[in-house]
Amino acid sequence: MSERSHREAAPGRPKAEFPAPKWNRHHVLSTEDWSRAEIETVLENAHAMAEVLSRPVRRAPALHGRTVILFFAEVSTRTRVSFELAAKALSADVINITATGSSVEKGETLLDTVRTLQALGGDVVVMRHWASGAPYFVAERTESAVINAGDGAHAHPSQGLLDAYTLRDALGDLGGKRVVIVGDVLYSRVARSDIHTLVPLGAEITLSGPPTLMPAAWRCGSLPDKVRYEPDVDRALDGADAVIALRLQRERADAGLLPSLREYARVWGITDARVARMRPEAPVLHPGPMNEGIEIDAAVAHGPRSLIERQVTNGVAIRMALLYLLAGTRAS
Amino acid sequence: MAVLFGADDIRRAVSRIAHEIVERDRDVPALALVGIRARGDLLAARLAAAISQNEGVEVPLGALDITLYRDDLTRIGYAPTVHRTELPFKVDDRIVVLVDDVLYTGRTIRAAMDALIDYGRPRAVRLAVLVDRGHRELPIRADFVGKNVPTQPTDDVRVHLAEDDGHDEIELVQAGVLT
Repeated sequence: MSERSHREAAPGRPKAEFPAPKWNRHHVLSTEDWSRAEIETVLENAHAMAEVLSRPVRRAPALHGRTVILFFAEVSTRTRVSFELAAKALSADVINITATGSSVEKGETLLDTVRTLQALGGDVVVMRHWASGAPYFVAERTESAVINAGDGAHAHPSQGLLDAYTLRDALGDLGGKRVVIVGDVLYSRVARSDIHTLVPLGAEITLSGPPTLMPAAWRCGSLPDKVRYEPDVDRALDGADAVIALRLQRERADAGLLPSLREYARVWGITDARVARMRPEAPVLHPGPMNEGIEIDAAVAHGPRSLIERQVTNGVAIRMALLYLLAGTRAS
Repeated sequence: MAVLFGADDIRRAVSRIAHEIVERDRDVPALALVGIRARGDLLAARLAAAISQNEGVEVPLGALDITLYRDDLTRIGYAPTVHRTELPFKVDDRIVVLVDDVLYTGRTIRAAMDALIDYGRPRAVRLAVLVDRGHRELPIRADFVGKNVPTQPTDDVRVHLAEDDGHDEIELVQAGVLT
């Protein structure tokens, strides 16, 4: 036993120097059922991980000898690269499995893929899948820890956590802060994970966007606690503390949910004029990749209020924290 | 339970070590103090204050979190929260004095040296501890020691510092002895 674990195990140690672990999850599938303490634990660890990323040598040995499998059944560059950087910054080995060019494309079922992942023996499987709930299916059938990197329209927990980290960095305590989420909430796993992460931290959420892109129950007033829907985006932004613009998938217009992309840009796009409605200094976030000129103006995206690049950096730190919490203590 | 060191003993030990650190290399401008969290950072701050008072020179001060460098993460069953390492100076060519409260197996110091060297190439690394309780598992020794204490591996040495615990005291808690 090392001296430190010996000391941590010491009974009756006063104060919160070594607080009881607030983390005993084996998977990160959604933050919907997380406590505030669990969210805070991730953010606190991420704060330390951000320092690792600022060093001349951006690497610490915590996951040396562990394997992280990145299984992306849906196209993604930035999230996959972010997880890969995070795993490498903690010295883990990384295996990439993508849908295109793999047996998934040849009709391999998810169950077969799970068996393969199991046989590869990854300590952590980071997975993105088009089907909502797919990570739960995998988590039930593998020994590995599973991190959901986005499943259908369901959840994208690391995005919710990095948005919370970024907002807290900019605004301080989120208690009573009003965050506006604008766009395609109906199909957005980001919006859902943002709500499930920001509300436990005390934020109030105002959703805005076309009624056709709101869940029917939410549009009709049956909303979660601390969440409201304001169809008029200008009114939603008045006096707000921050705005998160969601990516608009172009196929929504083809599906008849929008009259046109141009109309969406005019009615819902985040412009300098709309940013000016918020409190002074209120930041602008976007999960990326952006459609500049549609859901967000280029001037806003690259302007002084934009935290979009900060989100990318913070995303690596959040993912390091998740990998460390899930795999740091697993016996290989 | 036995009190090994009271507040005055701790004050004198810090003061003596502060002098010893300066005497050892006689190069105060090259010195930097780096405390190992938690408690080593508090002691490092006290040493830095003492040296700057004695020598009239500010000594750079840092705090190191070694969690990501521990060799026992898989044994302790949970993930300790990682705290931020703060080294607000370049370690290259400095004489870095690592500071911790208790030296025991040496594994923490091994981890701290690995962490430190990720930041650059110090001219030398020294080690200052308030208590050396023996039972080394690695070839590591301290350059500056407040007190050597013979212990059993089952004993517990508890360091209380005013900044964290409201008072300065070091206790030895022996296994099987009711406190």
